[in-house]
Amino acid sequence: MSGDKTSDKILGVDRLTMRFGGIVAVQDLSFAAERKKITALIGPNGAGKTTVFNCITGFYKPSGGTIRLAHDDGRVIALERLNDFRIAKQAKVARTFQNIRLFPGMTALENLMVAQHNALMRASGFTLLGLVGAPVYRDAEKHAIDLATDWLRRVNLLDRADDAAGNLAYGDQRRLEIARAMCTEPALLCLDEPAAGLNARESAALSELLLSIRNELGTSILLIEHDMSVVMEISDHIVVMDHGVKIAQGTPREVRDDPKVIAAYLGTDEDEAAAVMEGGT
Amino acid sequence: MTAPSINTAKPATGIPALLKTAFINAAIALVLFSLMIGIRTEAGSDGQLTYWTRFGELASLVAAVFGGSIVIELLRQWIGPTGTEKLVPPAVQSGLSFVGRYLAPALLIFTLLVPVIFYNQRYILDLAILVLTYVMLGWGLNVVVGLAGLLDLGYVAFYAVGAYSYGLLATNFGWSFWICLPLAGILAAFWGVLLGFPVLRLRGDYLAIVTLAFGEIIRLVIINWQSLTGGPNGVSGIPRPTFFGIPLDNSDDGLAAKLGIEYSSTHRIVFLFYVILALALLTNWVTIRLRRLPIGRAWEALREDEVACRALGINTTTTKLTAFATGAMFGGFAGAFFATRQGFISPESFTFQESALVLAIVVLGGMGSQLGVALAALAMIGGFELFRGLETYRMLVFGMAMVLIMIWRPRGLIGHRAPTVYLTKAQAISSDLVKEGHG
Amino acid sequence: MDYFAQQFINGLVLGSIYGLIAIGYTMVYGIVGMINFAHGDVFMIGGFIALITFLILVSLGLTAIPVILLVVLLVSMAITALYGWTIERIAYRPLRHSFRLAPMLSAIGMSFVLTNYSQVAQGARVKPIPPFITGGYTLHESTDGFVIQLSNIQIMVVITTIVLLAIFTWLVSRTRLGRDMRACEQDQTMAALLGVDVDRTISMTFVIGAALAAVAGLMYLLYYGLVDFFMGFVAGIKAFTAAVLGGIGSLPGAMLGGLAIGLIETFWSAYFSVEYKDVAAFSILIVVLIFMPTGLLGRPEVEKV
Repeated sequence: MSGDKTSDKILGVDRLTMRFGGIVAVQDLSFAAERKKITALIGPNGAGKTTVFNCITGFYKPSGGTIRLAHDDGRVIALERLNDFRIAKQAKVARTFQNIRLFPGMTALENLMVAQHNALMRASGFTLLGLVGAPVYRDAEKHAIDLATDWLRRVNLLDRADDAAGNLAYGDQRRLEIARAMCTEPALLCLDEPAAGLNARESAALSELLLSIRNELGTSILLIEHDMSVVMEISDHIVVMDHGVKIAQGTPREVRDDPKVIAAYLGTDEDEAAAVMEGGT
Repeated sequence: MTAPSINTAKPATGIPALLKTAFINAAIALVLFSLMIGIRTEAGSDGQLTYWTRFGELASLVAAVFGGSIVIELLRQWIGPTGTEKLVPPAVQSGLSFVGRYLAPALLIFTLLVPVIFYNQRYILDLAILVLTYVMLGWGLNVVVGLAGLLDLGYVAFYAVGAYSYGLLATNFGWSFWICLPLAGILAAFWGVLLGFPVLRLRGDYLAIVTLAFGEIIRLVIINWQSLTGGPNGVSGIPRPTFFGIPLDNSDDGLAAKLGIEYSSTHRIVFLFYVILALALLTNWVTIRLRRLPIGRAWEALREDEVACRALGINTTTTKLTAFATGAMFGGFAGAFFATRQGFISPESFTFQESALVLAIVVLGGMGSQLGVALAALAMIGGFELFRGLETYRMLVFGMAMVLIMIWRPRGLIGHRAPTVYLTKAQAISSDLVKEGHG
Repeated sequence: MDYFAQQFINGLVLGSIYGLIAIGYTMVYGIVGMINFAHGDVFMIGGFIALITFLILVSLGLTAIPVILLVVLLVSMAITALYGWTIERIAYRPLRHSFRLAPMLSAIGMSFVLTNYSQVAQGARVKPIPPFITGGYTLHESTDGFVIQLSNIQIMVVITTIVLLAIFTWLVSRTRLGRDMRACEQDQTMAALLGVDVDRTISMTFVIGAALAAVAGLMYLLYYGLVDFFMGFVAGIKAFTAAVLGGIGSLPGAMLGGLAIGLIETFWSAYFSVEYKDVAAFSILIVVLIFMPTGLLGRPEVEKV
């Protein structure tokens, strides 16, 4: 197991349980994500990964357990007590969605500007300063455009800045959504199947992007992914779930060789089992 | 649900098929109209119900349906399937946007000159004031419906709050228009927040029906709270606006006397015209400005995808509330203006039909487009005026027009969206991509 | 207590009428997801057609009340159903896959058309009919002379409602048409792929809703003894409130909601103030939507992320 030093944890999930009526989607799940590392959450379909994500990002209120986020400055935030937009605003957890949720009728640039809403709201004096065109706001807006431009460059969409997000190709939309999440300047970036629907070349580019986010910006990443080539290549730590419980965790190598993981995948879906075993080799 | 509908309309080919369709339509019309048109009932003076037949009218209506179906069917074959009209060639679109760029300034200059050109035509000046009132209401509602994607069917409530605020403050305390105007806006915005706070988490149609109910509640309270509002008799004797304290009348203190010119009642009309024009332009300026601020972008983002907004840390409740309050405030201003212009207000002016009319203006204009809303207000109110002579048929025609316009252009006159910020070039965004909001 | 019992009976009858209209809202909302704003006016048209048919039959010299009632019921149901069908065909079908606001505005426009059509065709004055079904039973007579009355017309309204509700529940749960309707409610594309004629099913939904509204119109005419061109608007909003209160999409819910609104309105008028009875109904709509957006019998909507 890599990294037992508790001080390095950014996210600690402890005995998380989520019930929907009588169905237990996640039971007593505990795991940690390390600072400036990429942690992957994998498992067969219906294992409860997205439910965990929705608990962490405030879309569901957990039935039990705790989720702690430790910021660089030592603040520890109980995510299970925050809800809705406050997770993103106060705890600085950003996320993307399995089925891309961009603002399709707004341009790529506008999408990234919306992501900087809270910072810009403060700078615009909650609209009043902005309405009269105060220089404070104009500077802030210029800074926001610079940040957005920087991210468009990073995800290789600078030439599409003024195109409607809905007009971008699928792979471009995926990258734009990641850029949008990064524009909120998050402490933890949560990605829900970022490689879904991408071809091999796009997957490779995605891996590169995620590694650069980790290495250059030091942002911690938590991702759910089915594409094992991506998971095995970039993850520092992998947590495997099945039927709502954790069945294994460790480095990519440890997980790949774990008989329980292979059984879980074989027991449900042969293609995925094959993917697990082939992945990363 | 975005998949285009499978074209089930079988294009009738040849004369026999054409006649067959027309015959079926005429037969349906015959059944529909048989009792409602063919028989006319009326209560006699003794309360006894009598009836007489109108078979002539029935026959001519059925014949009209028969002829109409043939014409429509022929037109349909001439133009081709209706589904293709969406594909407007890029050249035409850029041409339209070229026209659009110069249309707005041209319209503005023309509007500024209206009192000069039509100085002696009182009717046209009155109509222009009416159109501008609806332009302002349309722009106000556009913030709520067009930008934030919140469906509000009770907008007239805020118009009423503004009108009664000024009417009651002026008649009871003698406060001047210019003090009451901001107060009317603030009060309307306050009511907007009061209503908005509990209901804004509702989605789509539910929000629509709740706002409709709210509009009706306000109207019913105005009717029934006679001690305050005068009930169905309304509030009369509302003071006319002054030129910042100087009355526009025939007295020795009047503006005409002070300027040493001859008094004319047209002065007041012209003054009112410029007041409503200024108010409308203020609405427009603030809206355009707000769109480029984070709050305005958040409104549009909310219309596009509320869940994504929450994931980006945007407080969707306060964002919706600000949109609702902003729209309500403009409605309140317009209401105060309406009260001072009419000098008399009664609950009859604030029915659901008014809300529907303003909403129709916003949707016909193309949601979110300021120019489109102005054009739609001109077309709707102007068209409405044309039918003034046919009092009872007016709403009938208006209803039919609403149905036909929706079928003809569900996205409104100006469907594309202009981006609020750009790096190299602002490109219009096709309406097919722009969402309509869910809440 | 006697006063209460009498108001309870009155509320039940009013509620039955609201419930019949509410079914039309709930079925259409369930299947095409739109508020059929014109439905209240379809109810009004149903009332007018019943009135005119009644007038003709009486002037033809017919005196057998059951025969008259049956003919009036069938004629008004048939013609009003055709109105429902035509409205869907003209105003809603071309917009089925359009932008969400378009059908709603089209429906509002259609509502204006129907209201003013009937004003133009039949005049603005209220149309009364003489009391037609008279008599009733005295259930209880208290010592201070207060009488609880149950009139024949009240019995008829409630029984007709129950019978029709039974028929339509059977139609929706046991027949091919009902199965098609439920399939279209779930997923129109999939239903079409599986051979369901979606257009026809939606048309039938409007036809059934309009036929029930016609029954409500007839009941209203008999119970209150009058119709006018503007009665559709307020009745429509209240019936929609009933549909929401009961849980939109649910047939028993619509009936239950209708009864609840009828009772609330009657008691409010009886104990508080008649002037504010509509305010009470609308306030209840707002309160219900805020605290119980899925209504009494509706299914909770799970937000999918």
